[in-house]
Amino acid sequence: MRNLFRSNQREAIAIAVLSVLLALYLATHPSGPNTYVMTIWANQCLILALAAIAQFFAVIVRGIDLSVGAVMALTNCVASYLVIGSGLEMGLGIVAVLAVGIACGLVNGALVVFGRLQPIVATLATASLFVGLALLLRPTPGGQIDYDLADAFTLDVLGIPTALIIAAAVVGLFWVPLRRTGLGLGLYAVGSSEQAAFQSGMPVPVIRLASFAMGGLFAGLAGLYFSFVTTTGDAGIGPNFTLNSIAAVVLGGVALRGGVGTLTGAMAGAFILKTIGSLMFFSGLPPLAQPFIEGLILAGAIAIGGAGVLRVKNRLEVFAQ
Amino acid sequence: MSRSEHPIVHLRGVSKVYGATHALSDVDFSCYGGEIHAILGENGAGKSTLMKLVSGVIQPTAGEIEIDGELTRLKGPSDAISRGLICMFQELSLVPDLSVRENLMLGAVGTGLGRLNADVVKRAQDILGQIDGEAIGLTTRVADLTLAERQQVEIAKALTRDPKLLILDEATSALNASVVEKVFRLIRAERDRGVGVLFISHRFHEIETLADRISIFRNGAHVETFDNGAYDYGAIISKMVGQRIDDLFPAKPKADPDADEVLRLEAFGWSDRLQDISIVLRKGQITGLGGLDGQGQGDVLQGLFGLLKGTTGRCLIGETEVSIRHPKQAKDPKLGIALVPEDRKTEGLILDQSIARNLELAALGTHGIDAADKTIYQPFLDALELKCDSLDQPVSQLSGGNQQKVALTKWLTLGPRCMLLADPTRGIDVKTKTQIYALLRRLADSGVAILLLSTDYEELIHLCDETHIFYQGRIVRHLTGKDVTAEAIIAASLNIPATTERSEAANA
Repeated sequence: MRNLFRSNQREAIAIAVLSVLLALYLATHPSGPNTYVMTIWANQCLILALAAIAQFFAVIVRGIDLSVGAVMALTNCVASYLVIGSGLEMGLGIVAVLAVGIACGLVNGALVVFGRLQPIVATLATASLFVGLALLLRPTPGGQIDYDLADAFTLDVLGIPTALIIAAAVVGLFWVPLRRTGLGLGLYAVGSSEQAAFQSGMPVPVIRLASFAMGGLFAGLAGLYFSFVTTTGDAGIGPNFTLNSIAAVVLGGVALRGGVGTLTGAMAGAFILKTIGSLMFFSGLPPLAQPFIEGLILAGAIAIGGAGVLRVKNRLEVFAQ
Repeated sequence: MSRSEHPIVHLRGVSKVYGATHALSDVDFSCYGGEIHAILGENGAGKSTLMKLVSGVIQPTAGEIEIDGELTRLKGPSDAISRGLICMFQELSLVPDLSVRENLMLGAVGTGLGRLNADVVKRAQDILGQIDGEAIGLTTRVADLTLAERQQVEIAKALTRDPKLLILDEATSALNASVVEKVFRLIRAERDRGVGVLFISHRFHEIETLADRISIFRNGAHVETFDNGAYDYGAIISKMVGQRIDDLFPAKPKADPDADEVLRLEAFGWSDRLQDISIVLRKGQITGLGGLDGQGQGDVLQGLFGLLKGTTGRCLIGETEVSIRHPKQAKDPKLGIALVPEDRKTEGLILDQSIARNLELAALGTHGIDAADKTIYQPFLDALELKCDSLDQPVSQLSGGNQQKVALTKWLTLGPRCMLLADPTRGIDVKTKTQIYALLRRLADSGVAILLLSTDYEELIHLCDETHIFYQGRIVRHLTGKDVTAEAIIAASLNIPATTERSEAANA
């Protein structure tokens, strides 16, 4: 039991912090806790959560992805052309959007695995590339997403925000099964000790490539969901999401050195980050002080996660953490 | 027990070249099923290179490898594993951030990237139970295990992969004698089922009890293969080093029980891990710390070096009572304590940095020593005969024995009055061992007090003047003079009073 808590400690803290923040948000919101408020909140959170998952797949294999926002911008612009028309056209359009996301992830992965570039450098370069393509597609914001389809994904089902259902589905139908496969385990093995993974007979390059591809897929999903929320295409959305996705995974207990953390943690981190932002908006604090307070809360939340260091009685173990 | 007709692995004219270094040159070698084949050689003799070739980690520069009579090129470890060539590496192949359970399932036979199979966990648990590893929690992170526990998990992991050829590279180096015996029982059972075993160890008595055949390697060449028992120790060692080493251990001068005290610990304790530890270190003496792994010996060394928070009890250096709170304070010439830690690769050295940079690390910030002056290190490097191209070479390129020489020199340069050493000869070749033993004895003769933690009871018997045996965070026995026998050490390590009395009676 102690071990179970220990290995999930960061996630447990993240979920506790999120619960407190959400309660505060709903209590202070001018129109009170209702489905509409919850839906708006959940939609905003899910966009960042999907971006954070994309970042998670890069970080877990000891990488980092600076192109998450760029892939979102590109897929958002592609969606603004293709996700409209008949049911079949929209279906193919969504497949095309996600294929673009996976392709972007594979380009990143190939540069890292075969090009032997450091992930930070490779994705910095591809980020410009992807944004460049997005700008060619949409020099100015525009285009349109099918309204009915967008509503179906961004409103609620029986009072439960659809975004929360999607979030639960990602965990239950994607993450939990993945975690029970050699690939899911391999992600951690490669991030924690590439050498040990290799000597255990794991195909390290395949795993790393697959991880970046999954990251691309989720960046594409984030771009697609962003399209549903805004129903338009905009090539300029990238930079904010890239930085926030990194903050979200750290907040969610994913170690930037790789091999530690969960997809659920990354999602929780994204929800926390977005909720803090929303709290500020309705808090009545002077707008100029809001970034400062937001930063303070962020730093505090991360510090709680690291507080275990104070209890360590052997100084050497501090370095091992 | 009878060996198979055809070799499982047959190497023909195999060479491996790294840059200008010939790690293996033109080696012919074969190993058969149903026999335990020990590989002996100094560090740098090519043993590890041979193992890496057979386990698919590296590919030969020239020559051919036949597996089960079929010419094969092993593309990688997964290729080797699928052919039943299972290696337990000296560099541990466990993933630190994953739990024991997850590590056991990682890369298990038939899993690949697909669905994980929990069956191996049950089998591994069964194996762990047979080698005193039943207390290892399956949900524990590997990073939280002791070195010995990790080796136990490694052994279980290797055996669950249905080996045809089991390759053990220093697989038992951190295990104590009673666990090693149980591991050997398992290995013999594997051999009797027809599995071939390749076994590297630097502990002679282990090879003597286990091996059916022995192959000697020297400077990347296969010198000779013979049946165990065909030659005696002396002859085997001379084949390994090309010259004869008569005595592994230096002569032990008569201990002076009234020599000046250098350091005295009284009722030293730390949380629930250490209780009531009292040790006196005297000038010119080597004091041993023995016992099973993780009984608190290592904690004493760390506590003395200021690495533990919240220690209790008294610590006297000379006549003055001190409280050591930080390594910087411990290494200060006023106290003059040095610690050569157990895990030289992570705690003792910075592998990517040059030898010179590593040597400077302890001296930096120490009063009265110019760390940048390379000449201050040279006498110790000469005494230990460090083999390197230049001091600017990264430490990672050195063999294990030479790395340990760098770690030792780094601290010797400070001229400590008290040296704490945690298993300094673990996984090190015989020649380097004798050099380290001789150096420790010379240091003691020059007045340094030495506290030596060892898992090799030969060291406690032949090198140490007195020995404290630990059990569950306490010293259960203090052995001196003629009482220090293998039987007494093992009995005390297991905290068996009856045997202890018998050995006392025998000595009376």
